[in-house]
Amino acid sequence: MILSVVKVLGHAFFVMAVGLLFMGVGRRFSARFHRRYGPPVWQSYIDVIKCFSRKSISHHWIMDMGSVMGLAGLVAASMFLPVGRYLPFQSTGPIIVILYLMPIGYLGMAMGVSASGNPLASIGIGRALTLMLGYEVPFATIVLCMIAAFNSTSLVSLGQAQQAGFLSWNIITMPFGFVAGIIALQAMLAEKPFDTMIAPSEIASGPMVELSGKFLGLAFLQHSVGIFVETGLIVTLFLGGGPGVGFFILKQFLVYMLSLAINAIFARYRVEQATKFLWFTAGGLAFIQLVINMYLRSGTI
Amino acid sequence: MLKVSREEILDGKFERVLNFFRSRSLWMLYYCTGCGAVELPPTMTSRFDIERFGIGPMATPRQADILLVTGYVSVKTLKRIVRSYEQMPEPKWVVGFGSCPVNGGIYWKSYATINQLDRYIPVDLSLSGCMPRPQAVIDGFVNLMEMIRKGEAVGYKKYRLNYEWYKQNQAEVLERTEPVLRPGIASVGKVQETKKKISVMEGVK
Repeated sequence: MILSVVKVLGHAFFVMAVGLLFMGVGRRFSARFHRRYGPPVWQSYIDVIKCFSRKSISHHWIMDMGSVMGLAGLVAASMFLPVGRYLPFQSTGPIIVILYLMPIGYLGMAMGVSASGNPLASIGIGRALTLMLGYEVPFATIVLCMIAAFNSTSLVSLGQAQQAGFLSWNIITMPFGFVAGIIALQAMLAEKPFDTMIAPSEIASGPMVELSGKFLGLAFLQHSVGIFVETGLIVTLFLGGGPGVGFFILKQFLVYMLSLAINAIFARYRVEQATKFLWFTAGGLAFIQLVINMYLRSGTI
Repeated sequence: MLKVSREEILDGKFERVLNFFRSRSLWMLYYCTGCGAVELPPTMTSRFDIERFGIGPMATPRQADILLVTGYVSVKTLKRIVRSYEQMPEPKWVVGFGSCPVNGGIYWKSYATINQLDRYIPVDLSLSGCMPRPQAVIDGFVNLMEMIRKGEAVGYKKYRLNYEWYKQNQAEVLERTEPVLRPGIASVGKVQETKKKISVMEGVK
């Protein structure tokens, strides 16, 4: 009993630590794109500790609850994601549960920042929820592709089905689905073509306008867990999971660097352009993949 | 009169541990009143790259640690600066950027600007020069980091301790200015009186 509690808590801290390290390395990586050197790789840890050491202003008790709920939803999602083959407790890695838990991050944030009463924050979170409406369509279609190909929604068995070698990875067998997945990942991480919810010079960093001290620290942690879960999903679905924890994290790291490279060279979509792009282009690619998979499964369409 | 007792406002031992992290991660809010906005982009972009020290721009007062007041402070902007400063959560620091917040600079005799920013909000560090080059800015910020690490940059505690003194100084400037078209409406004490005057005038019509 106590051991399992320690395991779950330890896994939560591990996920946050890895996410923050990714953010730190990512800042250095983006800096090289600008021909700068950038901060040290442990900068994100320093930022989080500093945020928690400051005084913070709460506008309503719902703001406190919402910030915690946002973090808790994503941490709960990370518990069902097999890291390599490791899971903090026995489960099959049900992808439907992860898809249900992931929006709780944004919904908690929406509750928290709407309670602060700032109009810019409401605009920002409205954009974030609209964007969520956009990327759920290609991502749900990708999950349908997986069900069509493997008859399973379990991430553990999806990972095992790709263990035969490089050629059995879904990036080779389902290329259209992979491209759709990368586009959806870019929107989930709110990186550059889809960072309309943050937009610092337009709506003063959107949902984060009123967040000070602790709340900003919680938002940082939420983003770090989000990076871990979302890149982890792409790695498990398309890049063969991983035989071990180290390989899994290396693959996640490469996916995150790809996302940052796209972030460094693109400009920003408006929110309705972003939703249209996600529905028609990414959703269309995912749909083509679904049709191919259904054909391979039954021989007829 | 300004009250400062060093023992009271210097940081304790526990605070000094946190000060290490605070000094390595400074987020700034810049209030570009007039000039000075041009010197900041080269400081932050590839030539001088101030993000090496963990210093970066932030969008709102709630998130920021440093309030950077660049250039001259006119009487109108002083009100906004004080409001931005009071919205920032503690610990917070103010950096006066350029000669004008130090002593008025070339606007010394102007009716529209204030001469010494330190009388209205506590300035922890002044970067003199008109304008300071990015090298001077980085040098100043490294000094500020050193001061924060030693627990010597305690302007926000000074502000709390001498709140009446600062408020009085601010009031002297802010209530001096009155809009031309409706005399008397700017100062808080005179609002009632002005309303009475206006109602009398409307009654005459």
